[in-house]
Amino acid sequence: MHRKMRNLILALLLLAMALSLAACGNKAKEVETPQQTRADTNEINVGIPQDLEDSLDPHVTTAAGTREVLFNMFEGLMKADPEGNIIPAVAEKCDVSDDAKVYTFTLREGVAFHNGQTVTVDDVVYSISRCAGMLDDGVYTAASTLKGIVSVEAPDDRTVVITLSEGNTEFLASLVTTYAAIIPADYTDQAANPVGTGPFKFASRSPQENFVIERFDDYWGTPAKLNKVTYLVTAMDTAVMSMKSGVIDVFAHLTADMAKSVEDQFTIEKDTAKLVQALYLNNAVEPFNDVRVRQALCYAVDVDQIIDLVVDGNGVRVGSSMFPAFAKYFDESLSTYYTQDLEKAKELLTEAGYPDGFSMTITVPSNYPQHVQTGEVIAEQLKAVGITASIEQVDWNQTWLTEVYANRNFQSTVVGFDTSTLTARGMLERWTSDHGKNMINFNNAEYDALFAQAIACTDDAEQTALYKQMERILTEEAANVYIQDIYNMVAVNPGLEGLTFYPMYVLDVASIGWKA
Amino acid sequence: MKHRNWTLRIGVCITAVMVALILLGAVWTPYDPNALAGAEKSLSPCLTHPFGTDNFGRDLFSRVLEGGRTSLLIAFCTVCIGAACGAVVGSLTGYFGGVVDEVLMRFNDSVAAFPSILLALVCVSIFGTGKYKIILVLGILFIPSFARIVRGEFAKERTRDYVENARIMGAGPFRVMFAHILPNVRTVLLSSIAIGFNNAVLAEAGMSFLSMGVQPPDASLGRMLAEAQGSLFTMPWYALCTGCFMVLLILGFSLLGQGLQERGDAL
Repeated sequence: MHRKMRNLILALLLLAMALSLAACGNKAKEVETPQQTRADTNEINVGIPQDLEDSLDPHVTTAAGTREVLFNMFEGLMKADPEGNIIPAVAEKCDVSDDAKVYTFTLREGVAFHNGQTVTVDDVVYSISRCAGMLDDGVYTAASTLKGIVSVEAPDDRTVVITLSEGNTEFLASLVTTYAAIIPADYTDQAANPVGTGPFKFASRSPQENFVIERFDDYWGTPAKLNKVTYLVTAMDTAVMSMKSGVIDVFAHLTADMAKSVEDQFTIEKDTAKLVQALYLNNAVEPFNDVRVRQALCYAVDVDQIIDLVVDGNGVRVGSSMFPAFAKYFDESLSTYYTQDLEKAKELLTEAGYPDGFSMTITVPSNYPQHVQTGEVIAEQLKAVGITASIEQVDWNQTWLTEVYANRNFQSTVVGFDTSTLTARGMLERWTSDHGKNMINFNNAEYDALFAQAIACTDDAEQTALYKQMERILTEEAANVYIQDIYNMVAVNPGLEGLTFYPMYVLDVASIGWKA
Repeated sequence: MKHRNWTLRIGVCITAVMVALILLGAVWTPYDPNALAGAEKSLSPCLTHPFGTDNFGRDLFSRVLEGGRTSLLIAFCTVCIGAACGAVVGSLTGYFGGVVDEVLMRFNDSVAAFPSILLALVCVSIFGTGKYKIILVLGILFIPSFARIVRGEFAKERTRDYVENARIMGAGPFRVMFAHILPNVRTVLLSSIAIGFNNAVLAEAGMSFLSMGVQPPDASLGRMLAEAQGSLFTMPWYALCTGCFMVLLILGFSLLGQGLQERGDAL
């Protein structure tokens, strides 16, 4: 008797739970939102999916998510504008010698640090030496392009001269990231209480909860519109609820599903994410060591269907290791070099000795649903040419980074590659045959020769043409099955305006303000 | 007064319907569960797609049947391994007792001290994922619980008169164990098999949910729930249909197990 009762209660409970799930969405709308008070005090809440755990020291931090926040507090000698041009920041101007070896910077007058001090040449010499790993304090940033610095000197109190070991026309691009931020000389509390020259200054921090920055009133450039920005650490699975209840005003890197869930309450701003998503193939293992097999895969995959199904149309074809936002280097014609052609794919497979297809494994990082789903769609598409693809989901930190990326122990994998510098070099250098991060074991003598020519080249147009030739080789040789650059979707409170996108992984909050 | 065992009846009915559906799914599904259809993506439930479709345009009813089959197959094999090995180990240790019993049962205790899903995750991260590895890992992890139950029953039964009689009549220990005692512990064993079935379905779903179980393109209820989580607001039917199917599957076996136990108690 009791058991029957208990079962009934259990069944009813389960039903109630299921119904309450469905009802959640409607309830949230009725809650009064505190957004108006934030508009009155001129502040906003920005949701970030992870805390700034690595370090607040701009020269030490590694995570893209941390750099995205620190971008608002730090500046280098130069900085990037939304179009990707390199413009002066802490420096007022820069003169480059003809051989691109000596860079002479003139400091802007009256640039202040958040602690009230004025930026001097000593600070600049200290900062550049420190981030280039020339000081003996164990700091060495991830930006490998800063490697070639031979000396940093200050001939007078407004001039800094940086000398490189070899000519490098792209050196300025490596100075715009937070890796090369200008910080006060010999200031030791950077990791806990960061001080920079950006439009916002550090206010407070509560680990795993929030990170607060306030407007820096003595900023040399256009001042920030907002008084205060609070970054709230919000896990991806609770982000939709936080947005719907009005706690968050801005949330970047939404998935297509999340965007759909909040589009009735938020403005969804879109821009490409500046990465190249592809089915990366290990060119050194069977059967992908045969170019015909790689080409067959390119012909067998329907990229448009992937873009439609996985990201709901929010992606652009790439065709090579370059994304459209780098307009100067992007070759549109390569994006449609391969279109789905099953007959051709089968022919190529037959020529290569696989008339009945083969079995392969696609390794995907399980924490990126977009990559997992892309793998799933590709596996289904490859069935049409007799290829059986099985999918292996792996942990990003433990397995992908070590086994796939470092040990190159994989057959194929779906991920996205981006770059932190503002030139094509960051995207193309990694596939040169002797590069340490040439995960796909791409080995093409012509490609290597072109790269050597490109970096030695001091003429911009000629260099761009060389980079484009390299992209063409990657496409023709079918180094990878290139797919797309996925849109970065940002949910913005409709009361806000001024969100600007950059050709880098950053979120500029200085340009955002409440509508009058 | 005749005791009407409604728990058992309802349990049998739900289980029969669910198993019939899944078996039907093994030979015929309305659509190919893996076929992509861009034109039909994210449809809410309608006449042509009773459970709707997912963001790839795949028919969810077909996928739920396919996923249910995977879950059921894994659960079935897991319980078979667990129950068979568990019964052998349990009957031997329960019947003979002694040092071997002590050692095996202490080992049992130490395994049982860890949450089984946690142990399974550790094993999977060592041996790798995939359908057959999951069966093996879960199967082995299920042995202790069966062994414990069977051992308890055997230890209880071995002093009974009928066992003594059988021994006096000259039956060997294996004949006594499997021909005389085993039939008498079958109700306990059956109900624990039904409960074990539930645990196996849940364990598999949990592991697949954490993407450490069944790998795509194989459908599995746990993986489908994980996929549905991202679109809880835009496609609520995805999570609801998958979740309800799993709840019914488990509820059926749970009632079945409890009904069997009730019947055993009533006898």
